[in-house]
Amino acid sequence: MLLQRCPSAGRARQCFHALKLIKKDCLLSPRVSRCASTAAVPRITTHYTIHPRDKDKRWEGVNMERFAEEADVVIVGAGPAGLSAAIRLKQLAAEHNREVRVCLVEKASQIGAHTLSGACVEPRSLEELFPDWKERGAPLHTPVTEDKFGILTETSRIPVPILPGLPMVNHGNYIVRLGHLVSWLGEQAEALGVEIYPGYAAAEVLFHEDGSVKGIATNDVGIQKDGAPKATFERGLELHAKVTVFAEGCHGHLAKQLYKKYNLRENCQPQSYGIGLKELWTIDEKKWKPGRVEHTVGWPLDRHTYGGSFLYHLNEREPLVALGFVVGLDYQNPYLNPFREFQRWKHHPSVQPTLEGGKRIAYGARALNEGGIQSIPKLTFPGGLLIGCSPGLLNVPKIKGTHTAMKSGMVASEAIFSQLINENLQSKTIGLDVQEYEENLKKSWVWKELYAVRNIRPSCHTVLGVYGGMIYTGIFYWLLRGMEPWTLKHPGPDFAQLKPAKDCTPIEYPKPDGKISFDLLSSVALSGTNHEHDQPPHLTLKDDSVPVSRNLAVFDGPEQRFCPAGVYEYVPLETGEGSRLQINAQNCVHCKTCDIKDPSQNINWVVPEGGGGPAYNGM
Amino acid sequence: MAALRVLVGVKRVIDFAVKVRVAPGGAGVQSQGVKHGLNPFCEIALEEAVRLREAGAAQEVIVVSLGTKASQETLRTALAMGADRAVLAEVAEGVTAGPKEVATALAGLVGRLQPQLVILGKQAIDDDCNQTGQLLAAMLDWPQGTFASRVELDSGSVRVQREVDGGLETLRLRLPAVLTADLRLNEPRYATLPNIMKAKKKPLEVIPAADLGVPGGSPRLKVLQVQEPPPRAGGEKVENVQDLLGKLRQSGRI
Repeated sequence: MLLQRCPSAGRARQCFHALKLIKKDCLLSPRVSRCASTAAVPRITTHYTIHPRDKDKRWEGVNMERFAEEADVVIVGAGPAGLSAAIRLKQLAAEHNREVRVCLVEKASQIGAHTLSGACVEPRSLEELFPDWKERGAPLHTPVTEDKFGILTETSRIPVPILPGLPMVNHGNYIVRLGHLVSWLGEQAEALGVEIYPGYAAAEVLFHEDGSVKGIATNDVGIQKDGAPKATFERGLELHAKVTVFAEGCHGHLAKQLYKKYNLRENCQPQSYGIGLKELWTIDEKKWKPGRVEHTVGWPLDRHTYGGSFLYHLNEREPLVALGFVVGLDYQNPYLNPFREFQRWKHHPSVQPTLEGGKRIAYGARALNEGGIQSIPKLTFPGGLLIGCSPGLLNVPKIKGTHTAMKSGMVASEAIFSQLINENLQSKTIGLDVQEYEENLKKSWVWKELYAVRNIRPSCHTVLGVYGGMIYTGIFYWLLRGMEPWTLKHPGPDFAQLKPAKDCTPIEYPKPDGKISFDLLSSVALSGTNHEHDQPPHLTLKDDSVPVSRNLAVFDGPEQRFCPAGVYEYVPLETGEGSRLQINAQNCVHCKTCDIKDPSQNINWVVPEGGGGPAYNGM
Repeated sequence: MAALRVLVGVKRVIDFAVKVRVAPGGAGVQSQGVKHGLNPFCEIALEEAVRLREAGAAQEVIVVSLGTKASQETLRTALAMGADRAVLAEVAEGVTAGPKEVATALAGLVGRLQPQLVILGKQAIDDDCNQTGQLLAAMLDWPQGTFASRVELDSGSVRVQREVDGGLETLRLRLPAVLTADLRLNEPRYATLPNIMKAKKKPLEVIPAADLGVPGGSPRLKVLQVQEPPPRAGGEKVENVQDLLGKLRQSGRI
């Protein structure tokens, strides 16, 4: 019955037919490699992290030597955390009259081009870093003047009062275009002497013989789509450091490797995520209320799917609003399409009038952390440490992570600096183990803040869903400020929450009208994303046969729905029946959702050639 | 090594993948904070010059640009790709410079630096003018080889294969000459990080554009209006040829 109603019934039938040809045990274990008797699986992944070059004939005789540069500290990622860490190090060096070489690598072609956030920022950390931020011209132009919260039903909006003391009170905060703030931080860092290298991605972590981190190597360039070297092939550069700071943001690809190597996650909960989609609109001046912050929950999501919207009125030269939608990635229905939920939310009678007559000028998406304090891994290891959204310091009910990210960068630098100038330092490993960073962060306001809100997100997992969470917040946070003696758990990793397609109902989404709501491809074009097309796809699959044999067969290919850039498409095979997965790597906006939500955990996002990716301007 | 000096002109342009917007006021596009990069045809021109030096046919590659302070970044990338030194003919923020102004600045630099060969990109991807190389050649009274898809230096002359409407044309030009690079001339190398670091030590000179004879004041050409192309309207399907002819007559097309 379900098959007949399902829009992709034809495809599903083809897949079940193809499945009859596949050996039974392939279905059971997603990690079984290459089944012998299937219809030939077209080769999708050509990246050297899956097909090593030392066994590849085409790489025989190619010079694989790398140059190396020595620095004191290398920072991966020029976001709020990475830049704050860099700035703090240089400030301390100047104070103590010492030379500290700080190198910062960033995969975006310019600082801020991969930054995306709402964003409503608490200026607390900026004040600590630059007490004179206003005189220096930091782009915080929009103080929050109005704070509104509502629960949406399909046709109406129920206002919810924001009582003082609730985590989402925004008095004293600023609505910012985070990309511009990051760009400004980059200028401050450069002025202090930080060596910033945009357009170069950290592709590999390097290790000393004693197992401590030695530094990173940037990406190789000049590899063809099929994995063979081009005439322009050149190896990346090795950057060695006494301490390497990993500030890759939510779900970093190098952090993923470090968790495994140093077992950093053995005493914490799995991280939980959301996907945030965002647009910038210029609107009719009459509707523009600079300083207004609006959040909603409810429609179009059901109570079991965490998520909601934001709409912020910016005070810049033109009447600009930043709006977007977050969907918790622990959602269960594989037919859910976060992009289309966002597009249909804009048609709500309380939202659409604001956008009518306006023009959409930007689009983007990024995963964000929702795990809170329970999901923070061990932060330090020999030779390195994790800061910012990489370990995950976002305050979920406040939906703010910038201030905690910046503070963690500053605390890290203070701890690193004291080790760098300590002449009597006895380090057990060549790479320094800066344990004081984690100790100090735990004593700081960051930890107190995250501890107080730790139970709000997990309280949404009861049968009351998001409304249970709101009740919990009202009772335990507003009255008790998080002092309850228990700590709730998350139900498990996000990718494991997906139910098989046969147990779920497909969702009927309305067609975009081209004025308020839009189709996916025109949205992706607005992100300005592009990659050098002749390179191996950076969305690598551990096993090329799993998408069709498991993701499509069991979950109806959820990646074609959760990717906000249309990277994954199941297309019919050129001959015979069945489908194959087509990966449009050029569209990727580096949001990391696929790596998080793939139910088979078969997709491994690795960094593409530096300089590729979105070209956000003040997102 | 031949004592040949090559001058390469480059331009900082908005990245081709960015969706541009009309600036408020309507007389240009939004460029503040937008991703910029080295013009692709200029990259190809620079690659050719560096290859000539690596083959021993040239001794020095000087890369130059006319632009605001931000163009220094572009020149650093060019130095990382292999140029020996760079010169920025600086103009103030907000000043627009067209092909005439650029050609004037280049002519001034040619006078100072005395190259035997100037290689430019055939056009910039923001204005698509395709004029600077030609104007420069006329100003200097030098021969020009535009739309070059192959360049071979002999002593005292250069053989240029040009892509023209009718096919390929090969010219031999006496040096000094101006060439403009077309797409198929070469595949530019990457500006790798070790070279970016080395490029910091290479000389980058900044000269005010006015010193090179670029007139200040209002530009000769004024952009009146920039508009987005009209959104694509739906098409119409007709049943047969008679219908088609009828519709065409109706709309006044025939």
